[in-house]
Amino acid sequence: MKSFDYVRAASLDQAVAAAAEPGSVYLAAGTNLLDLMKAGAARPDRLVDITHLPELDRIEHLSDGSVRIGALVRNSTLAYDRDFAGAYPAVAEALLSGASAQLRNAATVGGNLMQRTRCAYFYDPASACNKRMPGSGCDARAGENRLHAVLGWSEACIATHPSDFCVPLVALDAVVEVTGRSGKREIALEAFYRLPGEAPDRENELEPGDLITAVRLPAEARSFAAHARYLKLRERTSYAFAIVSAAAALRLEDGAIRQARLALGGVAAKPWRTRAAEAILIGAKPRAEIFQKAAHAALAEAKPSGDNRFKIDLARKILVRALAEAASGTPSRVPALPGSPFSSVPGALHDA
Amino acid sequence: MNLSISLTVNGQQRVIELDDPRTTLLDLLRERLDLTGTKKGCDRGQCGACTILADGKRINSCLALALSYDGADLVTIEGVANGDTLHPVQAAFIAHDGFQCGFCTPGQIMSAIGLIAEGQAGDDPERIREGLSGNLCRCGAYNGIVEAVLEAQAHSTGAKTRDAA
Repeated sequence: MKSFDYVRAASLDQAVAAAAEPGSVYLAAGTNLLDLMKAGAARPDRLVDITHLPELDRIEHLSDGSVRIGALVRNSTLAYDRDFAGAYPAVAEALLSGASAQLRNAATVGGNLMQRTRCAYFYDPASACNKRMPGSGCDARAGENRLHAVLGWSEACIATHPSDFCVPLVALDAVVEVTGRSGKREIALEAFYRLPGEAPDRENELEPGDLITAVRLPAEARSFAAHARYLKLRERTSYAFAIVSAAAALRLEDGAIRQARLALGGVAAKPWRTRAAEAILIGAKPRAEIFQKAAHAALAEAKPSGDNRFKIDLARKILVRALAEAASGTPSRVPALPGSPFSSVPGALHDA
Repeated sequence: MNLSISLTVNGQQRVIELDDPRTTLLDLLRERLDLTGTKKGCDRGQCGACTILADGKRINSCLALALSYDGADLVTIEGVANGDTLHPVQAAFIAHDGFQCGFCTPGQIMSAIGLIAEGQAGDDPERIREGLSGNLCRCGAYNGIVEAVLEAQAHSTGAKTRDAA
């Protein structure tokens, strides 16, 4: 690991000023950053440690029905918060399906939004990677790419975004609160991430110094609590990144779908919201045929970026499955293997 | 820059001068404090051999920057027994033949202690296996580990064991 300077931020202003300097990055838990630094894929000159900043570790259920999650809330704290898990069960399920207990106990909400792709060529400094070193090329394009993107990719980059947490967040219209050199602002999570285009190194809308301070879910997100699932397919049923995943949240009235929220994970450089598929579901009865139709619409633009045509079909299937599971009702408990369509053993979380 | 940190390690207050900000908790424990029970396996958060408790929660010490944990309360495998009296999880590992080789066992025990403290596994073996999935080794002792956790958990909660249920 390359040596670096260490700055412990005592205030937001101090953090922003330090992180705006070239070569600086924020350090929260470091579960992804230290891994990247050990691999040599990240080589920051300065770490700005925000873990001692006050007031960023709170889950606030606000009077307008929204919830505000501080950037330093740990993944496991959020997933096991009864009020939160009851109101946003698909988010809790996504959190618990990610990584291992040790990592979830350390990893933070803000850090989860900032985690980097798990593309092996990005991780390997000996490989060409336009994301890690702009202009160097993309070894994934002609390489081992069966897990790479099928939506929104470019010739410059076919990497996927690795987060589970962000998939239901995008479906539920989460908003990111950011503090930067010009003060505070808010960015819809869906617009927060960029597609690779010609500049895959520019992954999001943050400017130098910008710090994520919180993630907010609007009041409306609670209205899906009774019919929401996050399902994840991976190469083993536990502790692995998604090949594909799907968040599905429905609001049913009188046996028909009044509102639908859908997003896919593992298919693109960002969590992939699919509004065309949502529109197909509105007003329909929750039946297999309409789920199939929605899933086809969701993947209509998909194309393989390499040896990964199977992911398109797999993504359709996981979406249909997630819709069917959501329609049949949120389980009162998170399954033993959260996010796994193979798990039939009930667990112990969502019931208040 | 002041690189001095204060930690509670297995109940003892320690003030430590760090000569390199790159030091992880794992390296600090092993190289500076001679607490070599915590093992360096993959050093990348994937194997669980370096699992310790930080402020009561199990974490991978290999991905934890020591400077960041200033003020933390750490417990390592050396700190779980009470003198010659083993921690109930250690005793249950022996009783159920859950000992793997010395490399993975400390992390498995620390992870099991963390799992029980989290109170999420209940008496469901599948949930326990999922809860221990951050500890990679699946050698022949693994079934014994799951049995040991079931027993230790039943003792810690006063709940019935599966056999008695």
